[in-house]
Amino acid sequence: MRTSVIPFGPQHPVLPEPLQLKLTVEDEVITEAVPALGYVHRGLEALAQNRDFHQMVQVTERVCGICSVLHAICYCQGLEDIMGITVPPRARYLRVIWGELLRLHSHLLWMGLFADSFGFESLFMQLWKIRERVLDIQEATTGNRVISGTIRVGGVSRDMDARQVHWIADQLTWVAHQVRQIEPVLREDFTIRRRTEGKGVLTSAQARELGAVGPVLRASGIAQDIRQTGYAAYGELDFEPVTATAGDCHARCMVRLGEIDQSIDLIHQALDRLPGGDIRSEVRGRPQGETLMRVEQPRGEVVYYIRADGGKTLSRVRIRTPTFANIPVLVKLLPGIFLSDVPVVVLSIDPCVSCLER
Amino acid sequence: MFKMTPQILRNLISGPATRAYPRQIRPPFPATRGRLVNDIAQCNFCGACAVKCPSVCIEVDRHLSRWSFAPHICVCCGVCVEICPRHCLRQEPATGPPAAQKEMVALDAKS
Repeated sequence: MRTSVIPFGPQHPVLPEPLQLKLTVEDEVITEAVPALGYVHRGLEALAQNRDFHQMVQVTERVCGICSVLHAICYCQGLEDIMGITVPPRARYLRVIWGELLRLHSHLLWMGLFADSFGFESLFMQLWKIRERVLDIQEATTGNRVISGTIRVGGVSRDMDARQVHWIADQLTWVAHQVRQIEPVLREDFTIRRRTEGKGVLTSAQARELGAVGPVLRASGIAQDIRQTGYAAYGELDFEPVTATAGDCHARCMVRLGEIDQSIDLIHQALDRLPGGDIRSEVRGRPQGETLMRVEQPRGEVVYYIRADGGKTLSRVRIRTPTFANIPVLVKLLPGIFLSDVPVVVLSIDPCVSCLER
Repeated sequence: MFKMTPQILRNLISGPATRAYPRQIRPPFPATRGRLVNDIAQCNFCGACAVKCPSVCIEVDRHLSRWSFAPHICVCCGVCVEICPRHCLRQEPATGPPAAQKEMVALDAKS
């Protein structure tokens, strides 16, 4: 049979970001997928050499718009580890609240895009309507809708008063109610199940072998979540990683749906147990040493390697983003599926190309 | 099978999800970080904001007593507001007006 090569992207109606996949097809079936990357490389790691270590917090927040707070938390935790700074308990809880709000809006954004990938436009708009309320909470508490700009080395820059804590709890109750109403559609709708079940199946052995991270890994039955290591205030909050066993696109959607409930629960727990006191520790001197820090982002595990030589700037910041870890998974999942299922399978790993290319 | 139908019916009776802009405008939250404003009468042109700014959008000329700022390069992080020793910088809740060209805002002590 004759084979042909079809380029998927870098500009494709389904993907808002420039990821190109060169798909070799035989008839309608994919036989090989080769990713071509590098369209949005911005050299943010190199900026570490001419921005001081405090200014780099804002740079790391801009690695990815959707994971902004968590990139900043990971970077700041790395520097706090090098410099031996103890973060005040209130700041650790506030980091959890903003981190989980971010996970909440990222998962709602992804679900909307996922619905859009199989043409379910009304579900897409419904989910983004809920997401808008989460963005409102972010704006009212941090000052910015998406890139919060509140995380600092040694703590956070903004506090919450009791009135805001009650307001967030009320708003999240509305979000939880709305998600509960839309949940049967995502879980049981005939069209969604036909388009997602059994598509792009990743077994737990393959997930382990390929180094999958985040919801992709957990949807294959491996309960691994970096939040279990107890960074920030996660060690003091109760949660269990959300898992599924099927390993297909529907299972990945269900894991993220479960994580929305989990995030709302974690924010409620953090708001209830929010301790008093300072929100920022004093940062003295310059960092010297190296560290490796891991944080669980909406898309999975992000790894920061930071090396400092005692100067004003850092000598190396290396970022391994979750999408980078999930690209080998995507290359493995695509062969054998129909061309029409490619958008669904590509979206199911939640690719964040600007994260990936830094 | 028709799992979306109850949601559609709820949406039909719950009114529009969007606002009728510009008749109905959502006021910004008090904590929103919008346009940077400098109370130039209080400014001592120390240049701390220019040194700390991560996007390098502030320039301070001590000899001319001039503080200039590029609003289109600003990332609204609020670092300058935190660092200002005279507390003369603040962020208004509203964002700046749209502009056809990216212009600098220059404030002189004598003006």
